[in-house]
Amino acid sequence: MEKDKTRIGVFVCECGINISGTVDCDELTEWAKTLPDVVCSVKNRYTCSEPGQQEIKRYIKEENLNRVVVASCTPRMHEPTFRECCADAGLNPYLFEMANIREHCSWVHSDKQKATQKAKDTVKIAVAKARLLEPQEELEVSVTQSALVVGGGIAGIQSSLDLANAGYQVYLVEKEPTVGGLMSSINKTFPTMD
Amino acid sequence: MMDVGRHPNIKLLAYSEVEEVTGYIGNFHIKVRRKARYVDEEACTACEECVKVCPEIRPDEHQLGFATRKAIYIPFAQAVPAAYLINMEDCLGNNPIACGKCAEVCDPKCINFDQQDEFVEFDVGVAITATGMDVYDPTILDEYHYTKYENVITSWEYEILTGPGYVTKGELLRATDRKLPKSIAFIQCVGSRSEKRGNPYCSNICCMNTIKDTLYLKDHHPEMECVVFYMDIRAFGKGYEDLYKRSKARGVKYIRGIPGDVVEDPKTKNLIVTVENTTTGKIERHEFEMVVLSVGVIPRPETEQIQRALTLSKTPDGFLMESHYQLNPIDAPTGGVFLAGCCESPKDIKSSVIQASGAAGRAETLLSAGKVKVEAITSTIIPDLCKSCGICADACPYGSITVDIKAKTPAIVVDAACKGCGTCGAECRFGAITMKHFTDNQILAMIDAMLEEKPEEKICAFACNWCSYAGADLAGLSRMQYPPNSRLIRTMCSGRVDEKFIWHAFKKGAPVVLVSGCHFVDCHYIDANRWTQKRVEKIWNQMERKGIRPERLQLEWCSAAEAVKWTKVMHAVEEIRKAVTKDEIEETKKILSAE
Repeated sequence: MEKDKTRIGVFVCECGINISGTVDCDELTEWAKTLPDVVCSVKNRYTCSEPGQQEIKRYIKEENLNRVVVASCTPRMHEPTFRECCADAGLNPYLFEMANIREHCSWVHSDKQKATQKAKDTVKIAVAKARLLEPQEELEVSVTQSALVVGGGIAGIQSSLDLANAGYQVYLVEKEPTVGGLMSSINKTFPTMD
Repeated sequence: MMDVGRHPNIKLLAYSEVEEVTGYIGNFHIKVRRKARYVDEEACTACEECVKVCPEIRPDEHQLGFATRKAIYIPFAQAVPAAYLINMEDCLGNNPIACGKCAEVCDPKCINFDQQDEFVEFDVGVAITATGMDVYDPTILDEYHYTKYENVITSWEYEILTGPGYVTKGELLRATDRKLPKSIAFIQCVGSRSEKRGNPYCSNICCMNTIKDTLYLKDHHPEMECVVFYMDIRAFGKGYEDLYKRSKARGVKYIRGIPGDVVEDPKTKNLIVTVENTTTGKIERHEFEMVVLSVGVIPRPETEQIQRALTLSKTPDGFLMESHYQLNPIDAPTGGVFLAGCCESPKDIKSSVIQASGAAGRAETLLSAGKVKVEAITSTIIPDLCKSCGICADACPYGSITVDIKAKTPAIVVDAACKGCGTCGAECRFGAITMKHFTDNQILAMIDAMLEEKPEEKICAFACNWCSYAGADLAGLSRMQYPPNSRLIRTMCSGRVDEKFIWHAFKKGAPVVLVSGCHFVDCHYIDANRWTQKRVEKIWNQMERKGIRPERLQLEWCSAAEAVKWTKVMHAVEEIRKAVTKDEIEETKKILSAE
């Protein structure tokens, strides 16, 4: 097998009926196989679930995938999940790309044919990016061992005390001349009436 | 409160405000303004001698003006820190002819009229925002005549009038005759749950607060007539329904209906309340000696300062936005920042404490790990192509790029300070900057893929990760329908959208291109989207000159909460697309390829 050849695996998520209710996932999965450098295209009920992730890992190994595209929900939700999944299978997490066919497609359109067309384009766009992805190394930075808490009402006081009791240095900044906030004016509180 | 003042691990900076925050998750640099108290906080013994001689009397803000304080004062007896301060606007000053009496009698000599605001700077790894809420001002609701009738008070004033440490020593007295009212009405939802006036949301705490107030009155004055006018009673928490039942059992009358009018009897100063009782369907009139407006809560206007400093977002109600409504309700969208209490949404004390402990726990997760990985989406300079023009350094909102223009040495990026907005990459005219994971070639390839077939049917849209992409996500979550023609390319910031991406899309036959990002105050990269606007305006001018309708390039700001706006934009852009003919697209392609 050529080592440098791009080998993309596409994983189409049905998300129960969240995606498959509006997007023809079978058609999409089959069609994705025709895209350049795509060596396999697989449909899952829930790609983010444990079996779904296991399947991605298995295909990475069996098919020697060096790029993974998941067509499912927003990357703002599950990009970290799938990046980790790729990393577990020995693939650099930056060789992963996501196609949002739920929030930006199945949930906002009702015409199945048009939604499926949009999903196809979305996967095609993701594959186009995936072909050019490069591995990246993340910079690791240290975390300064202290905390800022802004506001000295009941919430700010509680956060500050918890962190301080855990041994961290806390800077509590309060705008007023005293801490206490609105709570300091309250006479009785519910439901205990104390 | 006292624990905070004396805890060895807590540095309390009272009477202070966060001026500036720089840095990133794990490594924030904070600048705080310590406002001048004119009294040495450490040395003050709170002996009160100064107050005795101060001649200037002012309304006491802490007691909502029901009592007075001096120009030198302590907010309340248990204040932390237990130190006095001078309100310089009230003070006559140190001129011996004018005054200066407090300084004369101060034994520890802690009064200093020349004190200036000071700045304190320090580093932290995490930040918790707990800026709280404010109380709704019912003045504009003229049916209740809050400012006109003295016996109409707010539920917040009620707290002061029933507090044992306050001016009335806990006795609820009418302002007009200083007598305990024999009958009292509570009007719910004042400033809440109204689309027209006040706020559309439920303020969460007012129902239970009123129930608590009625029980307190029945405990102390069983004979007092208490009536609550309400829309729905929301007693949803643990032990809340029980408290509601107890209140009813004690004889508190609950009438479903929000009064439309409150009129004062000029003689007795009693209040006539007119209400449509929605249970009986009848218009009723009731007379009370006092009316309490159960006012809702609102976001604190000052939260905006910290919102900007930490690049946080707001939901449409004005409260701070969490990272994910269900799955990440404590984290702010900015890494290393957490939300606690009412700055996030109106909540009661228990919920505030729960969220505050949660925020501390989330913060500790980061702190105890001791290190955090920064996403590899930063900017890289290609030294051979760099002409040392310095525009990237100008464009960088974080000052993470340095260029020695005179020495003509290539630009340098400080990786840890770069947040990956990509504005430098879009501004560089020499192709000398690569944005990791969002390279020019990757984005151009995405445009190619998008417009390979039937480009005339598609809308080429760019959306920033934090606001407009998230707004589109929310439109999805809310199942809002819009035309299925749009194809989206996500960039971290709209500042990444390079001029060449837009021209490339038009060359490939895009009928319309949409660039979308955060509103200016919401930009997650301080002000990177100002560069987006400048760039788009420049392209509009060029389109005009080239004979391409500038309307075909749209620029929209849409926040993460504006799902409705995103949907509207999608409809509007689709209307523009429909008006672009195939001939027009071909003409554009011809114009652009001739260059």
